[in-house]
Amino acid sequence: MTGARIRRAVLPGTAVLALAVLAWLALVEAPPDAVQGDAQRLMYLHVPVAWLAYLAFGVTALASLLYLVPRTRRQRWDLLAGASAEVGVVFTALTILDGSLWARPVWGIWWTWDARLVTTAVLLFLYLGYLALRRVPATAERRARRCAVVALIAFADVPVVHLSVIWWRTLHQQPTVLNPELSPQIHGTMALTLLWGVGAFTLCYVVLLRQRYRLARAEAAQESLLLQLALRTPPAAPAAGHVPVGRPAVGQPVGPEPVR
Amino acid sequence: MAAPTRPEQAPADSGSARGLPGEQRRRPTAPRVPLLRSAALVAGKDLRIELSSRVTTTKVLPFAGIVLLLCAFAADPDRGALAGVAPGTFWTAVLLAAVLAAGRSAALEVANRADDGLRLSWLDPGGIFLGKVAAVFVQLAVLEGALLAGLVAVFDFRIVHPLLLVASAVSATVAICAVGVVYGAVAAALRTRETLLPLLALPVLTPAALGGAQAWLAAQRDDADGGLRWLQLLTLFGCVLLAAGLAAYGSLLDEE
Repeated sequence: MTGARIRRAVLPGTAVLALAVLAWLALVEAPPDAVQGDAQRLMYLHVPVAWLAYLAFGVTALASLLYLVPRTRRQRWDLLAGASAEVGVVFTALTILDGSLWARPVWGIWWTWDARLVTTAVLLFLYLGYLALRRVPATAERRARRCAVVALIAFADVPVVHLSVIWWRTLHQQPTVLNPELSPQIHGTMALTLLWGVGAFTLCYVVLLRQRYRLARAEAAQESLLLQLALRTPPAAPAAGHVPVGRPAVGQPVGPEPVR
Repeated sequence: MAAPTRPEQAPADSGSARGLPGEQRRRPTAPRVPLLRSAALVAGKDLRIELSSRVTTTKVLPFAGIVLLLCAFAADPDRGALAGVAPGTFWTAVLLAAVLAAGRSAALEVANRADDGLRLSWLDPGGIFLGKVAAVFVQLAVLEGALLAGLVAVFDFRIVHPLLLVASAVSATVAICAVGVVYGAVAAALRTRETLLPLLALPVLTPAALGGAQAWLAAQRDDADGGLRWLQLLTLFGCVLLAAGLAAYGSLLDEE
């Protein structure tokens, strides 16, 4: 392995190691919940994943804002916003999925029309729309401006999701750590495991974001290169003896029939 | 659109922001039309187009009426049960109709490249946004009035607190119009406008529809305190979206 490869593998390796430690803490060290039993261990997955969805959409909003401000407008902010939104959508979908898995043994249902669940589903659809907009063919600048505006408006749903359990009477429990009193109501080992989970998943987010951002930069560079080539390269003259097959263009003299 | 009359003609040598190739670009020297005057001009223009084409009354309103009827069939034909779902059905119909109205408002500017006229005019971008919001608001207010009459007649909807009803409707409609106009501009020139606009706008507008439905339910059930909480939320939501639209619309207009 070369030095560059080792350096590149440090962060993903650390993330995998952190996740392994999290699995040990969550499944072995942390005590089971007095009411929910072992089903509560899903919290060590559910809460960090939900937190990362907020973080990812926050990064998207910040990068979009930086793109919209003329002084800081750079293509990299747009690419970062898109990359972070993609990772955020994955984490939001995971939040809904593992929340549903947790709800089944605890509430007896996979889904309920609860304010937290509905606003999270709305958040997912908001950013799916954002990603759909990113795929619409347009010039890079035009696409970036449109997406930046949409990302900023979509981010307004994130505080609504977080505060939904306070604003409405819901089946979903109130915030345990980030509650309005800022007084975490959680056992010490559980709190440590949860904190470790947030850190481990944040590392995962950084790894995924870095990879997706690099890919987005490569895609943008390729798109730009192909456009330059298309503009500079003169149309290729037909090779000697080559006879175009198919319908001739308008105004083009019809050549002899190809020898069959 | 017919470009609004400029209050002051630019000097002959002022150039344009999109000058001919090779021509030095210079910024226009004429002062911008004030915000409210710009809003009034754009709103007047959009409403005059609507008055002559009558799209809201002949196409959008019947569409919203059909949504109202279909939701009633889907929910329960029992009149007692219908009164409970009436507010939610009403706001669902308004939301779907609003997407059509906003899409049309944006399409007016794209047709015949009329958006170039807006871009090159000395109208304030914020004023253009507010004008378009005002025009869509008037259209939706007419539509909501007609739908409310249907709600009272068909769904046995009782209005106990008319003030709460009107205030929550105004707040929710402002939010819907603000999002509709911004997202209409985002999707305006796209070939996939018809599919993209609902996908982008409907999730953002869900809180407005939810808040509107809950406030109307409170107005129907004589629960003024509960209704006021929803009204506060709707007002906050409307103000945030209006401010966001005001800040962002200029960027969308300067795209070219």
